[in-house]
Amino acid sequence: MAIVAGCTVLLFTEMTAEKAWAGALLPERGGSSNADRVASLYAVVLVLAALVFFGVVVALVYALRRYGERRSPVAAQIRGNHRLEIGWTAAASGLIVVLAVVSLTKLHTIDHPDPAAASPAAIHAGVVPAGAGQPLHIDVVGRQYIWKYRYPGGAYSYEEMVAPVGVTVELDITSRDVAHSWWIPKLGGKFDAIPGYVNHTWFRLERPGVYRGQCAELCGRNHADMLAQVRGVSPAEYVAWLAKQKQSIQTADAEALTPPVPAGSR
Amino acid sequence: MSVVDQTTRARAAPHAEIIANRVDPPPEGWVGWVRTVDHKRIGILYLTTAFAFMMLGGVEALLMRTQLAEPDNTLLTPQIYNQVLTMHGTTMVFLVVMPIWAGFANYFVPLQIGARDMAFPRLNALSYWLYLAGGIVFYAAVFFSPPEAGWTSYTPLSTGPYIPGNGTDAWIFLIHLTGLSSILGALNITVTIANMRARGMGWSRLPLFCWSLLAQAFMILLTLPVIAGTVTLMLTDRHFGTCFFSPSCGGSALLYQHLFWFFGHPEVYIMILPAFGVISEVLPVFARKPIFGYKAIAASSIGIAFLSTLVWAHHMFATPLTTVVLAFFMLSSMAIAVPTGVKILNWIATLFRGSISARTPLYFAAGFLVLFTLGGITGVMLAIFPIDRQVTDTYFVVAHFHFVLVAGAVSGVMAALYYWFPKMTGRMLSEGAGKVSFWLQFVGFLATFLIQHSLGLSGMPRRIYTYRADTGWGVDNLISTVGAFILAAGVIITILNVLWSLRRGPAAGPDPWKANTLEWFTPSPPPPHNFDVIPRVRSVEPLRDIRHRIASETRSDGTA
Repeated sequence: MAIVAGCTVLLFTEMTAEKAWAGALLPERGGSSNADRVASLYAVVLVLAALVFFGVVVALVYALRRYGERRSPVAAQIRGNHRLEIGWTAAASGLIVVLAVVSLTKLHTIDHPDPAAASPAAIHAGVVPAGAGQPLHIDVVGRQYIWKYRYPGGAYSYEEMVAPVGVTVELDITSRDVAHSWWIPKLGGKFDAIPGYVNHTWFRLERPGVYRGQCAELCGRNHADMLAQVRGVSPAEYVAWLAKQKQSIQTADAEALTPPVPAGSR
Repeated sequence: MSVVDQTTRARAAPHAEIIANRVDPPPEGWVGWVRTVDHKRIGILYLTTAFAFMMLGGVEALLMRTQLAEPDNTLLTPQIYNQVLTMHGTTMVFLVVMPIWAGFANYFVPLQIGARDMAFPRLNALSYWLYLAGGIVFYAAVFFSPPEAGWTSYTPLSTGPYIPGNGTDAWIFLIHLTGLSSILGALNITVTIANMRARGMGWSRLPLFCWSLLAQAFMILLTLPVIAGTVTLMLTDRHFGTCFFSPSCGGSALLYQHLFWFFGHPEVYIMILPAFGVISEVLPVFARKPIFGYKAIAASSIGIAFLSTLVWAHHMFATPLTTVVLAFFMLSSMAIAVPTGVKILNWIATLFRGSISARTPLYFAAGFLVLFTLGGITGVMLAIFPIDRQVTDTYFVVAHFHFVLVAGAVSGVMAALYYWFPKMTGRMLSEGAGKVSFWLQFVGFLATFLIQHSLGLSGMPRRIYTYRADTGWGVDNLISTVGAFILAAGVIITILNVLWSLRRGPAAGPDPWKANTLEWFTPSPPPPHNFDVIPRVRSVEPLRDIRHRIASETRSDGTA
C-alpha cells in the first residue's frame, strides 16, 4: 500500500513538473493557459484513474493466483454481502462526486477567456484598448480543406493565423460547407466548426512561436491535409503584419477588378 | 447419452408436459438451413454470417493500420481510406457485434429459460434474413461507390454534394434493414423471456445472460427506431429535396448529431451488455462459486440501460452547447461508471474464495476484466468535457472505444464461444490453441491500442489517411500496426480451432463444465425440441441443484 502511495506521489510530481510527459501521458500544453489547465486537470484525473485501475488489477491477479483450484480446492459458497456491496457502491459514487467537483471548480478558468488586460506592449501598439476584458476577436471559417481567418479591420489570411502575444484572443468559429473542428493542441481543446452555428474559444499566447494543429472532424477526402497553425508574434510585429496583409489584399483585389489590358494595345 | 443425463431425466420432478408426438425431421442440406425456424439453427446462421463479416471488417482494419504504419504512405488514396474506415466501423457495429449477440441470444435464451423455441420462430427467421439482406446491400456498394462519410455519416458531409456516388444510400439501407432485424429480434427476446420461462423460474432466478439481453432489448426498442427515422430523413434530404439537416435551406446539422448519438451511445451498451451477461455466466462456473450479488448485477444492467439514454451529448462536447448542457451530460456520463463499477467489483468478488479452474473461457473473462476496466476508466476521463475537448476525435478516443468494444465486447464473444461451443456442436475446442489465441489477442490488443492513447494526446486526429513525418507519430503508429497483426493472428487461431474442433474435437457430453444453467441439462447439441423433460427450477442455479440431488440420492442408494 505504501509502495503504491509512494509511486503515485512520485508520478504526480513527475507529471506536473515535467513537460516531457506532454503528448505521451498528458495532453499537449505550453501555448496558452487553458491548455495548461486542462493538462493539470488531466494529471489529477489520471492519478485517480491509475489508482482505481491498479487496485482492480491487483485484486484480480491476487484472486486468480490465490484461489486457483490447486491452492483452493473447495469454493466457499457465498452469494453476496449487502454491507460490502452498499459500501463499494457508495465508494464508487463518492469518487465520481470528487471527480465532478474537481472538474467543475477548474472549469471557469478553462472555459472563460482570460479577462486580464493586454500587455503594455499590445496596448501601446494599439492591438486592443487598455483595461481588463478587452479581447482581440478573430473569426475562424472552415471550408474544404482550408481554414480562413478574418481579423479586425478587414484583413484575412489562410491556414496560418498570426496572433499577438500577451493579448487574450477570442475566436468565433464557423464553417461554410461541412463540419470541421478547430484544434491547436497546445492552445486548448477542439471546437467544432458547424455550418449555421458559431462556436467560441480563446487563447492567450505568452511566447512567440508557431503552434501547429489540424482539422479534427472528418470533412471529406482531404481531411488529413486541412492543416492549421497559429504564429505568435510581438504586438508591434502583429500590427505591421496586419497592415502589410491588408495592403497586399487591396493590391490583389485591385488587380483582379481591373480589366486585363489587351496584349497588343501597349 | 450419459448416465448422469438419464438419471437426471428419470428423477426430474414430474409435471404435465406437452409431448411432441411427431417431429418432422428438418429437410436435408442447405434447404434445411434456408427454411429453418429453429432458434438454434438461426443462431448458428447468425454466428457464421457475423464471423464472415468479422473477417471482412478485420481485413479493412489491417488495411488502415498498414496505411498508417509509416508517415506519408501512399498505399491507399484518401478516397479509398475513407471508404475503408466507413466500411470497417459500420461492419463491426451492425454486421458483426450486434448479430453475434443476436446469434448467441437466439441459441441460448430458450435453452437457458427451459423453452422449446423462441416465442415467434418465423419472425426470428425473418430477423436473420433481414440482417443478411442489410449486409449484402451494404457490401454490394463495393462494386459501385462505397460510402465514405464514416460510420457516423455526419451531415452535411453525407447529405450535401460533397461525396460523389450513392454509397451513403447503401449505408442508409443497411441501417434500415439491420435495424428492423434488431427491433424484431428484441421484441422476440423480450416476449420469450417474459412468457416462456420454465416452471419455477421467477424473475429472481433468470440467468444473468438473459437479464443482460432483456436490458439490451429495451435499449434496442427505444433507440433503433430513432436512428431508422433519422436516416430516413437523411434519405429524403439526399433525394427528395427536404431540408432537415442542411443549413443552406434552414435545416440543422447539429440536429443530426443529437439524433444519431441518442441512438449511438445506447448502441455501445447494446454491444457490451450481452458481454457483461456472458462474464456473469462464465465466472461462477469456473470459480465453482455462485455469482456474488446476483441482484446487484441484474439491477446494474437495468441501471446502465436507463442511464445510457441520458448521456448522448458527451459525443458532442466540442460542438456549440451551453455550459448547463455540458455539465448535465458530464454528470450523467460519470454516473454510468457507478453501475459498471459495481459489476466489476461483483465479478472480482465472485472469484475470491472460489476454486478457479483456469480454462479458456475464464482466460477471456479475466482478460475482459483487465482491459474493459481500462476502457471504462478512460470513458470517465472523456466524460469530463474540458478534457474531452483535448482528446475527442483523436486516437485517444479510438483507443478508448476499442478497449470497450474489442477488449470488452469481442473478449465477451470469445469467452462465449469457448464456453458454449461444446453445447452447440457436441465437441470441445482445443484448450491449448485457445490459450495461445488468448495470449496473442491480449498482447496484440495492448500493443495496438494502448499506444494510441499517446498518439491522441500528442495531437493525432482520427480518420486521417496519412500524416507528415515531422509530426513524430511514426514510431507509435508502427508499434500499433505490428500489434494489429498479432491480434489478427490470435483471432485466426480461434477460427482455425473452431474449424478443426468441429470434426476432430473430443466429445463434450451434455455438461462438460459442470455449469449452473438449464442449457447444460440437455444433450450437446440439443435435439430440435431442446428438452425431453423440462425440470422445475428451484434456484438461480437449477443444474447445480439437480447435480446435488443426484449426488445425494446415489450416495444414499449406495449405502442402503
